[in-house]
Amino acid sequence: MSADHAVASHDTHTTSTGLSNVKLGMWLFLGSECLLFGGLISTYMLYRGRVGTGPTPMQVFDIPFTSVSSFVLLMSSLTMVLGVSAAHKGDDRNTYLWVAVTALLGATFVGGQVYEFTAFYNEGMGFTTSLFTSSFYVLTGFHGVHVTVGIIMLMSTLGIMKRSKVPGSKSETIEMLGLYWHFVDIVWIIIFTLIYLIPV
Amino acid sequence: MSTETTTHTEEHGMSNAGYVRIALILAAITALEVSTYYVDFGRLFMPALMIMMVVKFIMVVSYFMHLKFDNKLFSWIFYAGLILAIGVYCVALATFHFFS
Repeated sequence: MSADHAVASHDTHTTSTGLSNVKLGMWLFLGSECLLFGGLISTYMLYRGRVGTGPTPMQVFDIPFTSVSSFVLLMSSLTMVLGVSAAHKGDDRNTYLWVAVTALLGATFVGGQVYEFTAFYNEGMGFTTSLFTSSFYVLTGFHGVHVTVGIIMLMSTLGIMKRSKVPGSKSETIEMLGLYWHFVDIVWIIIFTLIYLIPV
Repeated sequence: MSTETTTHTEEHGMSNAGYVRIALILAAITALEVSTYYVDFGRLFMPALMIMMVVKFIMVVSYFMHLKFDNKLFSWIFYAGLILAIGVYCVALATFHFFS
């Protein structure tokens, strides 16, 4: 870790807004993602009572298990922000460590979701069983895909960083990954409350 | 503490200890949320859950995503998308309410 690197990591190109275009683009993307998940959550809220002959949400949800998953994802946000902090300080060793731990916690969350989906399916909750099940799987599945994409991006970035081939500012790259990861976390904060904790 | 670290904390608003404190508060709120599933909160159930959800959301966005310390334009962009999403939800609910 060198002071030069730390200084270089804070360099930003001059833009018409005076802000980083990459960061501006990422926030625009996250703003549009709000609309995507807003639509999916709305659909679920509308259809969650339409269970037909299938199981009701309260019959299949395993709140203790999902609570642990939520806690794991929440803690991954902490490790991610510590990784971003280390990247800004130019501390490569801790950046690798925290980003890798974040990916591991994310993988744990996704593994838990796969287990949960399998258990639901075995209890007769198929994708087309009812409007409730369809909207539930689409919403939580989309979120799971976002977490999976996040893990792939984290691991890819670690690999690229190891070979010192990160284009532009390394700390900004990690910061953008962090923004995406925290967004995935805040979406889960909403899903956990609205979908799992509020009874139909 | 080096000047470099001090500058970093000033730019991003928080130290690592601060992030850990925020995470502990978030974990405590999550535990409280889960407790509503087992303990009867009566009429407070729904408002309490909503408030806890919003507080967690704002804490992550403000401190972990640095919106509190960053340029206000980023806040406008993000919250515009969020408010639009809530608007879409309200319109969708209203539509189903009137036409179903």
